[in-house]
Amino acid sequence: MSALIKEQTGEWEVVIGLEIHAQVISKAKLFSGAATAFGAEPNTQVSFVDAGFPGMLPVINKYCVEQAIKTGHGINGTVNPVSVFDRKNYFYADLPQGYQISQYQQPIVSGGTVILDMPDGSTRKIGVTRLHLEQDAGKSLHDQHPSQSYIDLNRSGVALMEIVSEPDMRTAEEAGLYIKKLRSILRYLGTCDGNMEEGSLRCDCNVSVRKPGQPFGTRTETKNVNSVRYVMQAIEYEARRQIEVIEGGGEIKQETRLFDPGKGTTRPMRSKEHAHDYRYFPDPDLLPLELDPAWIEQVKRGLPELPDERKARYISEYKLTPYDAGVLVAEQETAQFYETVAKGRDPKLASNWVTTELFGALNRTNKAIQDSPVSAKALGGLIDLISDGTISGRIAKEVFEAMVETGKEAAAIVEEKGLRQVSDTGAIEKAIDEVMAKNQDKVAEYRSGKEKLLGFFVGQTMKATGGKANPGVVNELLKKKLAG
Amino acid sequence: MAAPTRMTIAEARKALKAKKISSAELTDAHLKAMEATRGLNAFITETPERARADARRADAVLAKGEGGSLEGIPLGIKDLFCTEGVLTTAGSHILDGFKPPYESTVSAKLWQAGAVMLGKLNMDEFAMGSSNMTSYHGAVKNPWRKKGANSDLVPGGSSGGSAAAVAARSVMGATATDTGGSIRQPAAFTGTVGIKPTYGRCSRWGIVAFASSLDQAGPIARTVEDAAIMLQAMSGHDPKDSTSADLPVPNFEAAVERGVKGLRIGIPKEYKLDGAPKEIQDLWEQGIAWLKEAGATPVDITLPHTKYALPVYYVIAPAEASSNLARYDGVRFGLRVPGKTLDEMYENTRAAGFGAEVKRRILIGTYVLSAGYYDAYYLRAQRVRSLIARDFTEAYKQVDAVLTPATPSAAFAIGEKMDDPIAMYLNDVFTVTANLAGLPGISVPGGLNTDGLPLGLQVIGKAFDEETVFAVGRALEKAANFTALPEGMA
Amino acid sequence: MSLDKDTVRKVATLARIKVPDSDLDHMAKELSGVLGWIEQLNEVDIAGVQPMTSVAQMRLKMRADEVRDGGDAEKVTQNAPEGAHGFFVVPKVVE
Repeated sequence: MSALIKEQTGEWEVVIGLEIHAQVISKAKLFSGAATAFGAEPNTQVSFVDAGFPGMLPVINKYCVEQAIKTGHGINGTVNPVSVFDRKNYFYADLPQGYQISQYQQPIVSGGTVILDMPDGSTRKIGVTRLHLEQDAGKSLHDQHPSQSYIDLNRSGVALMEIVSEPDMRTAEEAGLYIKKLRSILRYLGTCDGNMEEGSLRCDCNVSVRKPGQPFGTRTETKNVNSVRYVMQAIEYEARRQIEVIEGGGEIKQETRLFDPGKGTTRPMRSKEHAHDYRYFPDPDLLPLELDPAWIEQVKRGLPELPDERKARYISEYKLTPYDAGVLVAEQETAQFYETVAKGRDPKLASNWVTTELFGALNRTNKAIQDSPVSAKALGGLIDLISDGTISGRIAKEVFEAMVETGKEAAAIVEEKGLRQVSDTGAIEKAIDEVMAKNQDKVAEYRSGKEKLLGFFVGQTMKATGGKANPGVVNELLKKKLAG
Repeated sequence: MAAPTRMTIAEARKALKAKKISSAELTDAHLKAMEATRGLNAFITETPERARADARRADAVLAKGEGGSLEGIPLGIKDLFCTEGVLTTAGSHILDGFKPPYESTVSAKLWQAGAVMLGKLNMDEFAMGSSNMTSYHGAVKNPWRKKGANSDLVPGGSSGGSAAAVAARSVMGATATDTGGSIRQPAAFTGTVGIKPTYGRCSRWGIVAFASSLDQAGPIARTVEDAAIMLQAMSGHDPKDSTSADLPVPNFEAAVERGVKGLRIGIPKEYKLDGAPKEIQDLWEQGIAWLKEAGATPVDITLPHTKYALPVYYVIAPAEASSNLARYDGVRFGLRVPGKTLDEMYENTRAAGFGAEVKRRILIGTYVLSAGYYDAYYLRAQRVRSLIARDFTEAYKQVDAVLTPATPSAAFAIGEKMDDPIAMYLNDVFTVTANLAGLPGISVPGGLNTDGLPLGLQVIGKAFDEETVFAVGRALEKAANFTALPEGMA
Repeated sequence: MSLDKDTVRKVATLARIKVPDSDLDHMAKELSGVLGWIEQLNEVDIAGVQPMTSVAQMRLKMRADEVRDGGDAEKVTQNAPEGAHGFFVVPKVVE
């Protein structure tokens, strides 16, 4: 997709910034000891603090703070030794305290970068403005009753990291890559599970359009878009809508909009029609969050290898292409799988098998790599059989399919089906002689200069040997015999 | 032995230990007094059955020669403290029917120490007021009246029920809270002793919040010693309150009789108000003389930003309150007034549920935090608050404690000052500084005015130095020898 | 600072308190009075003075990541004016 959209009045540039709400992985909530697990019965994971009862007070969960520090390091941000919790005041049915405890002027992390791995193998840096800790709200169910909304506070008070990007993205595709990359980093760090369906990663899209070189246009914010595909759809729709409005002589209203996944469109949010004034002020129930610099450093030292470092290592150590390396490191599980397969083997061959055959099989069977029917060890075993000449690459594909189906080891399938490659020149010569005898006309053609027919003879010989002949040996012998 | 309702907590404790009286007897006597003084409207909820059960349990413990520091002592609890299973309204219509499923840390500590609960005490709605006139449950009457007069006086506020009940001898002591003077001002108006400890000394967990950075719990009692006994039980670090101080609690009781010899007592010139009644000034001077006699040295000091304390308070407290009271929305507890939409339901509920003063403060608080006014009001007030706190820090380089009048006047008539918010706010002019600076302050009865109404003296101490506050308070109490009793008592 | 009726109406809406139009004038006057009195703070020289949010001179304590609360929906919902199937209930909200 081009960075510019061409419309009646010429080219438009789309400017995108994303606000990601990432649910922190923790056992208990940010300011209370209630559980955070997804999918519990309504209001069963609610303390009186989360329900905003009179006299209840927040006490911060240290692990949630540590998770934010980790994430701050993971996006190359600056972890601030002092940050402040503020109250963001507004009324809503699923906001029991009447305010959200968030961080406004002094967030726990300032700045940062997320590097996008573009399909052509290049990279693009997207700036992160800030990361702050805040409480999640509860959940309103509007479809259970004709005239009432039901409120479940299980999610109320769960720790979120709001990660705000700079308006650095220019296409929906970049926005999609940004979310995927950020999600990958969060998963590597173990700070957010990135599950968009369950709402543990939510995205608000800030979109505006402008003529190239002009100042930023008025932006709209589309809320709670819960898949990468929807984010891209919402941005595309919003960009086109805005261009249409402006080209039609209208003006863009700064507003909050809601994505309709059914229609792939956005519409203004009714509940946000009131002009709001959040009246932020420092939460007097809490003190400034002061972090020991030694702790900040200690958390940094404990960071795992992150996707960008791992990718660089795959390129330098395994000589993979940037694209393949990028694909393999995107998910931690894939990278681990790959490394098990590649260990002590040809890393490029391992990469090919993982990214083509394995990914193909996973796609077909709709399985995650953790549930792969072929384990990393088993795939390694298959590659070993190729490398030591027991089977050919072609047979290996057949063996792989059998492995997917039966879950058996490669060696067992090769034995069972008698797929062991034939390198015995005597047997191959016999087969070649038969093929040549049956196709004397073609032999003559070959000898008169139509050397392209070699492929035909290779094929016939392979067919005659049930595909088990060593293709290298077949080639060599054929050439010799055909030469007369 | 004195009659049960004439005993102090200290005396009753001895009598209980010596088996001269049982907690059941002590409790029954106070329940009777509670009934006899119902006209004061000091209680919102009476819990006689709970009281008798508590007393039986306490007697069993005492029979074994065991028991906590308040074993068997009948107390009243301000209705701002959440009490498990017992109606808790904070004096507001909006908490109609609210029975907390939890117990505030401070009240839980009292029960742990063996205290007996007589009931929940009336108060200004959400602790906003200086007269107890703003309670949804009606005004509380001060058991004191002007000599020869029949008109009812206010007990002060917001802990008006606590002060009135202690003065009327229907409870041996009561919990109270103080955000701008709500313990000390009603104590002064009722001839009782009230101490607001240092911010962070008592946990705020389970106390309905008014202004979180100012609220502190404390006791109102008959004597300085009783106040020390109660505060001892109420204090201590609570991991559930992030602003609770993780410091050991000194032995307050032991400090009471420490004496004031050698102490330097600051006399801040800014507390001499133009137009204040002469009797207030006279009492203050009397207090200075008493302390001097007892061996302390008065030192003239200056607290230059004192005059700005009330305006600062009336920015910060309403700002915090506007946010703290947002949770009363008709969804999870208390009153709901239906509406067609969610916002209508909110607006109807909050319009019906909050009284005039609470609404006024929520609106002021909302305004001073709103876009465009935050810097001019809220941020500025916070800066001036720093200066007020700094005034004390400077003063405490020269002195050990500060002596001031507790209130600018004696108790006034019910209904007075209701149409003039600022005149009402001025009641807290001497007390509010301690809240802004987070310092401990005690109000001790110093004597009666010419109308026969009690007046209080205030001692403000250094942060976490309640011991000196108690010692100075006790010296004043001893010198004043305040033995007068109100006519409206049981 | 004197507040007009519109400002009072706006603030009341922000605070979700219904104020009848007939009360607006009176309230505007009263609030203006209080705000005017507060404005004596403008006399104070606050140059270089840090705002004071809390008097507590200590570090924010943190708790361990342990589940030790919740798990009792009945207790959380029993005070609610209206409820259904374990949920709190409000007039229908259109988002």
